[in-house]
Amino acid sequence: MTALALETRALSKNFGALPVAQAIDFRLASGARHALIGPNGAGKTTFINLITGALKPSSGSVHLAGADVTALSQAARVKRGIARTFQINQLYRGLSVLENVCMAIAERTGAARAMFRPIGRRGEVIDEALAILELLSLGDDADRLIRELPYGRQRLVEIAIALGLKPRVLLLDEPAAGVPTAESHVLLDVIESLPAEIAMLIIEHDMDVVFRFAREITVLVAGEVLVVGTPSEIAANERVREVYLGKKTRHG
Amino acid sequence: MTAALSIGFDGLAYAMVLFLISVGMSVTMGLMGFANLAHGAFAMLGGYLAITLMREAGIPFVGAIVLAFVGVALISVVFERTLYRRFYAKGELDQVLFTIGLVFMSIAVCTLIWGPVNVVPIVPDFLKTQVDLGFREFPAYRTFLILVSLAIIVALWYGLERTKVGAQIRAAVNNRRMAQSIGIDVDRLFTITFALGSGLAGIGGALGVEVLGLTPFYALEWLVHFMIVVAVGGLGSIRGAFVAAVLIGVIDTAGKYFFPHAGAFFLFVITIVVLLWRPQGLFGRA
Amino acid sequence: MIGIAERGAFLRHRHRLSWAESVPWIAAVAAFFLFPSYETLGAQVLIMVLFALSLDLILGYAGIISLGHAAFFGIGAYTAGILSAQGWGEPISGLVLAAIVAGIAGFISGWAILRTTGLTLLMLTLCFAELLREIANEQEHYTGGDDGLRGIRMDPIFGVFEFDLFGETAYLYCLAVLFIMFVVARAIVHSPFGQSLTGIRENIRRMHAVGAPVHLKLVTIYAISAAMAGVAGALLAQTTEYVGLTVLSFIRSGDVLIVIILGGFGRLYGAFIGAPLYMVLQDQLAKQSPEYWLFGIGLVLVVVVMFAPRGVLGLLEDLGARFRRDSR
Repeated sequence: MTALALETRALSKNFGALPVAQAIDFRLASGARHALIGPNGAGKTTFINLITGALKPSSGSVHLAGADVTALSQAARVKRGIARTFQINQLYRGLSVLENVCMAIAERTGAARAMFRPIGRRGEVIDEALAILELLSLGDDADRLIRELPYGRQRLVEIAIALGLKPRVLLLDEPAAGVPTAESHVLLDVIESLPAEIAMLIIEHDMDVVFRFAREITVLVAGEVLVVGTPSEIAANERVREVYLGKKTRHG
Repeated sequence: MTAALSIGFDGLAYAMVLFLISVGMSVTMGLMGFANLAHGAFAMLGGYLAITLMREAGIPFVGAIVLAFVGVALISVVFERTLYRRFYAKGELDQVLFTIGLVFMSIAVCTLIWGPVNVVPIVPDFLKTQVDLGFREFPAYRTFLILVSLAIIVALWYGLERTKVGAQIRAAVNNRRMAQSIGIDVDRLFTITFALGSGLAGIGGALGVEVLGLTPFYALEWLVHFMIVVAVGGLGSIRGAFVAAVLIGVIDTAGKYFFPHAGAFFLFVITIVVLLWRPQGLFGRA
Repeated sequence: MIGIAERGAFLRHRHRLSWAESVPWIAAVAAFFLFPSYETLGAQVLIMVLFALSLDLILGYAGIISLGHAAFFGIGAYTAGILSAQGWGEPISGLVLAAIVAGIAGFISGWAILRTTGLTLLMLTLCFAELLREIANEQEHYTGGDDGLRGIRMDPIFGVFEFDLFGETAYLYCLAVLFIMFVVARAIVHSPFGQSLTGIRENIRRMHAVGAPVHLKLVTIYAISAAMAGVAGALLAQTTEYVGLTVLSFIRSGDVLIVIILGGFGRLYGAFIGAPLYMVLQDQLAKQSPEYWLFGIGLVLVVVVMFAPRGVLGLLEDLGARFRRDSR
């Protein structure tokens, strides 16, 4: 049995009387390629927020590499190897692309605690950031401000920041959201080329992408896990067709 | 016992003035997220307007109060249309600085027009007596002030809970985007609310001259108190503003009665404790 | 196309000194020789620069809006003042103690209040300063209450340089302290820590998501800023040999906010432009009439926020950018 990179046990969250996550049991193996799908409002982003610690669960637990992290802060979970991207860009818009990525690296390496030596002399931080930008073909944009960048390239910076954290678990919340279909393949190529040892969970609406990327799929409906399975199992599942795929295919 | 009664009574009169002035500030903050630190200037304007109307134009007391409401409401609309609305989309810092700038200008303008000294309140003859409530006599003016304020509060509550505009305001405070999407003209609604809130501040200013005094520095001097009422009560909550005003009014009066040298100490302690315990205020939504 | 070797040049070189940075210091030294009769005002301006610089660290970098920064200025002023009035007149140790006390106050209050945001945070900063003012007013025995603290007598600096009636020593003393504090502030904002403060201002959600201990960082810079404000307050106490309740007043918190807005925040040198501008204007206009001054500063504030939100330095930068574009 492979070690689990991430596991949730009976993870639940209520907003007042409204349950948005209901006893979710979820397992992500090391190096997994897992997709989380479900209709709008199914609680997919909430689930990610629960995993990262941005939200505190009402009950249940989150485990990273076997250790219970439910009580830990967001920052402490990041230190244990969890990273995410946001559905809507959360970037430092007034800073350069390079600075954005350096921010993550400096936090990971502990350089961000230093108060006197300038960041500009932290060659190791800057070089690592440039290497990541190179990997995502963002190198030429290194010194440009985020707000001057086209949206599609900004989406790449989201991923670059996450990579700066050297994650063992990477949560991708609709990485291609808001990007024209013609450009989205760039993002997907990048995601597919990421190191195999990173366990990845992707939220995605485009079924072509899901079936191309994922080896395992979880279907979430109204905060509950409907079914977990391989792409072919999911495609063949009647209930999934009913609540999700059926609707989707009718729309084209 | 007598002391407690006096404190309760004076504290309540003070609280009513605080409420009338602060409630508009709270609702505009809740509705538009706009930090209007110059709100007290509208109260000051109401005070000066009423006094001037009575003294120079011989208009009777009640008429002057009503005109203070109308006048301040109209003037506030001019400000809202020309200046304030440029700042709705801007950050908190810009709003704070802009309205502090207005406060400074209001001090200068009022000094030039009405002079730097404290204005003597005008109390009509029929309110210069004492009211005997059986167990004790109370000054008629402050009794009148409390009763009128309570009447206004009831009217305000009725207007918000029972009228269409009231329902729209509540909906918009609750969720502006949702309100917009169901066809409420939030922009227009805000102008109405702003005018109403400023008008109420005008009444509070006019009625409260006897309680708060009236100098050109009024808007600055009382700013902290108004802001405390808003923050402690919770943004956009009328009930919160009321409870906070009573709390602050009584505590501040009691503090100054028992500790003349450090009266406001308790006011600030209570405010800090409340805000650390409930950052969104007593009746605000998290 | 940028060559690969030059990538990141902006970040790598940003902390380097530029010639323009010497201008305010040359001006400050020149002012000492050119306007000998204004040295007392000059020292006050330098103190305001330091105070505004301390505010810039939290406002311009970490994005914390404070309406009560006078709290720490006042703590510093009273610490240095009381120390001297009790018979310890050595100035440097007075500064250090003021910095420590104000820094601790900043750390403790920051720990409590920096979990909040928006109006709540604004009110908490304001109430904290007002609370201290009430305490200072009440503790007449130590602070002199409403009459102010008298009996401050300073020893010569390093046992050599006597404070003179014309304020020459005071001016140079303030300038030297300001320079040291500036070097510290400059190092901090260019450090990775300073960069992460900018990150908090730019996007706090993302900052949490990269694993930054956001609250700890905010509290740390708040304490540093408080210590620096405390030094400014201590300088005022030592050079004027008087501390009044106004060191803790809302007006003073407002003044310093206006100074940094006028000069331009988030760029360290804003304080150097805002403070002299504000204080010389105040000195001149208030002589005419206090109403002119209040109306003038109110109008300036409204106009700056509407048309030049990045202050005078922002305007200069825009002008410079246009000039460069034209000359290309």
